[in-house]
Amino acid sequence: MMNDNSIIKKVRRHFDFWNIVKYLSIILLFIFLVYPLFTIIFKSFINADGEFSLKYYKTFFTKPYYYRTLFNSLKVCILTTILATLIGVPLAYITTRYNIWGKKIINLLIIMSLMSPPFIGAYSWIMLLGRNGFITNLFAKIGITMPPIYGFGGIILVFTLKLFPYIYLYVSGAMSSIDRSLEEAAENLGSSKLRRILTVTIPVIMPTLAAGAIMVFMSSLADFGTPMLIGEGYKVLPVLVYEEYMSEMGGNANMAGALSVVIVFCSTAVLLIQKYGVSKKNYIMTALRPPIVEKLSTGKRILLTAISMFIALVAFLPQVVVIVTSFIKTNGPIFVKGFSLESYEKIFYKLSKNIANTFTFSIIAILIIVVFGMLISYLVVKRKSKINSLLDLMIMFPYVIPGAVLGICMLVAFNKPPLILSGTPAILIAAYVVRKMPYTIRSSSALLYQIEPSIEEASINLGVSPMKTFFKITARMMLPGVLSGAILSWITTINELSSSIMLYSGKTATISVAIYTEVVRASFGTAAALASILTVTTILSLLLFNWVTKGKGSVI
Amino acid sequence: MSHSVKICNVIKRYSDFTAVDNISCEIKEGEFFTLLGPSGCGKTTLLRMIAGFNSIDGGEIYFGNKVINNIDAHKRDIGMVFQNYAIFPHMSVFDNVAYGLKARKVPKNQIEGRVLEALDLVQIKNLKDRKPNELSGGQQQRVALARAIVIKPGVLLMDEPLSNLDAKLRVQMRTIIRKLQRDLGITTVYVTHDQEEALAISDRIAIMKSGKIMQLDTPTDIYKKPKNTFVAGFIGTSNFLDAKVTYDSGMKPSIKFEGGVEYPVKLKRKLDSVTVSIRPEQFTINNPDGKGIPGQIQMYTFLGDFANYEIKLANGQTVEANEYTKDIDFVRKIGDKVRLDFNPDKVSLFDQDGMEAYL
Repeated sequence: MMNDNSIIKKVRRHFDFWNIVKYLSIILLFIFLVYPLFTIIFKSFINADGEFSLKYYKTFFTKPYYYRTLFNSLKVCILTTILATLIGVPLAYITTRYNIWGKKIINLLIIMSLMSPPFIGAYSWIMLLGRNGFITNLFAKIGITMPPIYGFGGIILVFTLKLFPYIYLYVSGAMSSIDRSLEEAAENLGSSKLRRILTVTIPVIMPTLAAGAIMVFMSSLADFGTPMLIGEGYKVLPVLVYEEYMSEMGGNANMAGALSVVIVFCSTAVLLIQKYGVSKKNYIMTALRPPIVEKLSTGKRILLTAISMFIALVAFLPQVVVIVTSFIKTNGPIFVKGFSLESYEKIFYKLSKNIANTFTFSIIAILIIVVFGMLISYLVVKRKSKINSLLDLMIMFPYVIPGAVLGICMLVAFNKPPLILSGTPAILIAAYVVRKMPYTIRSSSALLYQIEPSIEEASINLGVSPMKTFFKITARMMLPGVLSGAILSWITTINELSSSIMLYSGKTATISVAIYTEVVRASFGTAAALASILTVTTILSLLLFNWVTKGKGSVI
Repeated sequence: MSHSVKICNVIKRYSDFTAVDNISCEIKEGEFFTLLGPSGCGKTTLLRMIAGFNSIDGGEIYFGNKVINNIDAHKRDIGMVFQNYAIFPHMSVFDNVAYGLKARKVPKNQIEGRVLEALDLVQIKNLKDRKPNELSGGQQQRVALARAIVIKPGVLLMDEPLSNLDAKLRVQMRTIIRKLQRDLGITTVYVTHDQEEALAISDRIAIMKSGKIMQLDTPTDIYKKPKNTFVAGFIGTSNFLDAKVTYDSGMKPSIKFEGGVEYPVKLKRKLDSVTVSIRPEQFTINNPDGKGIPGQIQMYTFLGDFANYEIKLANGQTVEANEYTKDIDFVRKIGDKVRLDFNPDKVSLFDQDGMEAYL
């Protein structure tokens, strides 16, 4: 009897609050991340007769129709990364080191274009440079034929403008935290300015630049909306995944599974190269004396301001285009002269369900993200153990899974017993939570690392139990980090297309799905009105983010 | 109410080393007890075991007659002052101090009175509505102290509470802490690596090294009668000189240095050689024709009330010796030949293992 009692006591002791949270999180992540992922990996190795087979991989690597998309994707990613670096690095140098005008506005425009809905760029550049685009038509009137925007060039244009902000934000952060003395030392040792930049400044920011480049590479590898809209014949991997899966609806998902495995393999490989190749050389800098901001002569100052402002405005242009076109009168698919609110009338009449869906699903997802994000980041930061490191790894894994792939994984896993979720709001919410939780976890963790353990110990020691201490002290102190992370999670959730497009059903379609289908249907006015709703919500959320973080928050 | 703390054969192991190695001692009710030692000696580990933040891997800790090994940290009724103060940044000074009272469900009408009383004791009543980020380091320290004493804890634990303050404030605060502790009669365990602080503030000091207590004594005994070479070297400055032991016909021992100087000593047992520990102020510096061990001045530092000399002995060893300004008319110069004399009854003798060997 004694023995039984003490075992029960031990078990009870073990199942304290934090262990329950830990096991619950692990179970949920297994159900909604590991299980779907393994289902798809498993499927990719099974042929129609249910036997082990490499036939889908063989098909992929032997048929040009398939393997060409891998090359296409890699070409797009590499070129985008190079171009984004070529724009982002000099721009970061100019804004951090020279006294150009309007730095704050340039920064804000660039952040907004990064956080804008992912497919708005493609839509807007089609509006401007497409077959019937404003600029195309303008030039046609004076007899100039614009090169076609569709295909490889268009994808590169849109990706570069959309993603160079990653490089810009990462690098300008690093540039302004190089201590002045480092460059002064180089100058003092007799280096010319160019030599100094090449031998000191660039190598020191290299790891940060690499981190930014990885973000560009991964985002361009994962993005689905842009190549789908503007790529036309130029097929990249995520588009192929979507088409394969959609054409196989009702059949098996094996080929799509094999493609998904290839994509995840590529992005994991790139991430690992960055992690083990570059991050070893990470120089931790705390600038006691931030670098000098050089005063330019008026002429140079105007020139550099104009160049920087031009880049920022071009990057921001899609959002202006979207908002403007949403107010233009339409006649079916064609824009006509004059302004009106009819596009908005149409969406409120026809598509209000989508709007309600986006906001309902996103709010539910964010609530779950906030609660679990807070608890999990606490486990990972403050209660280090093997299981909690595993939790950390699982939480961050969705970084390497493109939305379309996660969508397929979940669809395949949850359209059959034991858990049937396909077509329900739950499957969309689950996908959002899994994909967007890392933002909240990262910013909560960053804040948690700054909270000294003695703060909690002081509370415990004054007679408050560890669990109550978490809610009375730690959670309160984490709040700014959680909130700013949650806003980023929120922005990316409302704009999410790639997993939504896989998982939606008639009843659960969201705004981004509707924009996509409206564009495909050439109903540009309503698409613009919907996109404007997202854009305005995004801008308002960013302003809230700025207010919460007192302007010191970083969106990357 | 305050109670004694008894530590019996307490052990703390980490995977590859033993941080606290079978320590036993008793801290009396109302005593100011200091754990002193170099970093990594296990003093903070032991303190955190008393607080309940580190588990106890062996032995028992008693509060009064009660074993507290399995009592959760938040039920131990301890006041603790942390090295970095650990003030709750989102609460005012008043709310910080009231925090422990609220957790104890003290009636609301009593909380205000007790908080103000505690703030008054540490002389910051006027700051009660401030937020922590508006306080200086010294003021934060006082808040931490008020927060720990307001709950009238059974034991007060302090983990290097003064190490983040500047020298002047440190001296001021330690006087306040000492007075407060004596007035309230709280059993206090204090951790520090600063020997001067420990000597100034404590009733008794436990000097620790590698998880063991090397000596547990009052400050004066620690300084005057170190039990081993570690304590002699750690507290104050000591010169260690090797000497041969010779015995006369009556088996009375003497220590003999190079150059033939001899001093009669009292030893616990028969030894062939000893290490003599002599503090700089225990030397008398004589002219070359006087008594003592011969040496030559290498360096001098004049410090106002005394001059400190580095003196090279015949065997090549360098020792430190002080000479007080009031006793001398001139400062010795580099290169001067001198002889170093001392009173053999006042110095400490250790055997080859570094343990005390004198009576």
